[in-house]
Amino acid sequence: MLSVLALTSVVLLGIASQITAIVVYTSWERHALVGSDVRLSCSFFSWQWTSPDVTFSWQYRPDGAKEGISIFHYGGGAAYVDNKGPFRDRLEFVGNPSRRDGSILIKNLDFSDNGTFTCDAKNPPDIVGRPSSVRLLVFEKVPVQAGVVTGAIIGVVLGLLILIVAIYYLMRFLVARRVFSLSMSKHGKKGKGKEGSQQKQAGPLK
Amino acid sequence: MLWNIALEFFLLFLFIWFRNLPQYTNFKMLAILLATIVLHLTDLIILFISTCANAWRTDGVANYDLWYDCTQRNGGYNCRGTNDADWLQAVQALMVLATIFCLISFIFFLCQLFTLVKGGRFFFTAVFQVLASLFVMSGAIIYTVMSPEWKNENDTYGYAFVLAWLAFPLTLISGFIYIVLRKKE
Repeated sequence: MLSVLALTSVVLLGIASQITAIVVYTSWERHALVGSDVRLSCSFFSWQWTSPDVTFSWQYRPDGAKEGISIFHYGGGAAYVDNKGPFRDRLEFVGNPSRRDGSILIKNLDFSDNGTFTCDAKNPPDIVGRPSSVRLLVFEKVPVQAGVVTGAIIGVVLGLLILIVAIYYLMRFLVARRVFSLSMSKHGKKGKGKEGSQQKQAGPLK
Repeated sequence: MLWNIALEFFLLFLFIWFRNLPQYTNFKMLAILLATIVLHLTDLIILFISTCANAWRTDGVANYDLWYDCTQRNGGYNCRGTNDADWLQAVQALMVLATIFCLISFIFFLCQLFTLVKGGRFFFTAVFQVLASLFVMSGAIIYTVMSPEWKNENDTYGYAFVLAWLAFPLTLISGFIYIVLRKKE
């Protein structure tokens, strides 16, 4: 029974590797400050084993331009960085192709680096797939995204409220246990605030 | 049409609730109870409108703030983000928290009405109501102080801003009533 199951899964995997394509992953958007470095990550999923002929290509399209230019290529085991274009001497390959990581590092950002970076990965024989894009936004001062401060304040206050309620019930529970073991009559004192709960708990003591 | 149905349901709920209430044969007690509930509900409604309506600032034609600031220009919308206005997000959070606390205090009031011992005070109700009024006060103050640098020259304050400032003393009075109120009989 188990061997039939294993055989079926292997066959299915074999079929699946023929019909599914390579899937490339990058971030959606990256925010960075002027003058800083930013690491653009690129990874992929493929049913095949990582081939020694795996290739990564990065393309850059400035905001407002129609076409992109190629700025990075990794193929045949060697990385080729941009040495003529807008990123010469600023681009560095920090990925690990054997671990399916084709990330690049761009140093000393400027406002002219705003644009879309497209990563295309190919893992022979799995070459059919769509490239993935990440938008780079360079700021002078990184703004707080809409709703972050709102959500943080609301979350902290509600969290404190729940914490205080939990501590209150914990204290009530602990005081009740102490009253139970020491058999002291404290029920007469705090009638006002505790709504008669201690009266109820001190009842069986009497 | 829908309002009539809602009103009918509300009156039915009130009728059933009053039948289960401990017998307030004293008319004065009933009047005080009703007045307190009406005040609290008014507070809640005012807070809801002030928080949800996007009308803290107006230029006579369109309403802006607290949630979005969009003007129509040449057929398209041009919206100003709240990214560089952290204080605006703080005001949003404080108004939402005030509304939530007012709602929680109303639910607590309804619970404590049945479970409180005779002569007890509506302690938790008062605490939440006073906290709600403090939050509304903080939100309204922050908006009042920071808005001159945010709004345009010929903008005036909208009705939601006025409602927020109105909600603060009302919730404070309501909170104090709960501190003083005792469950009689």
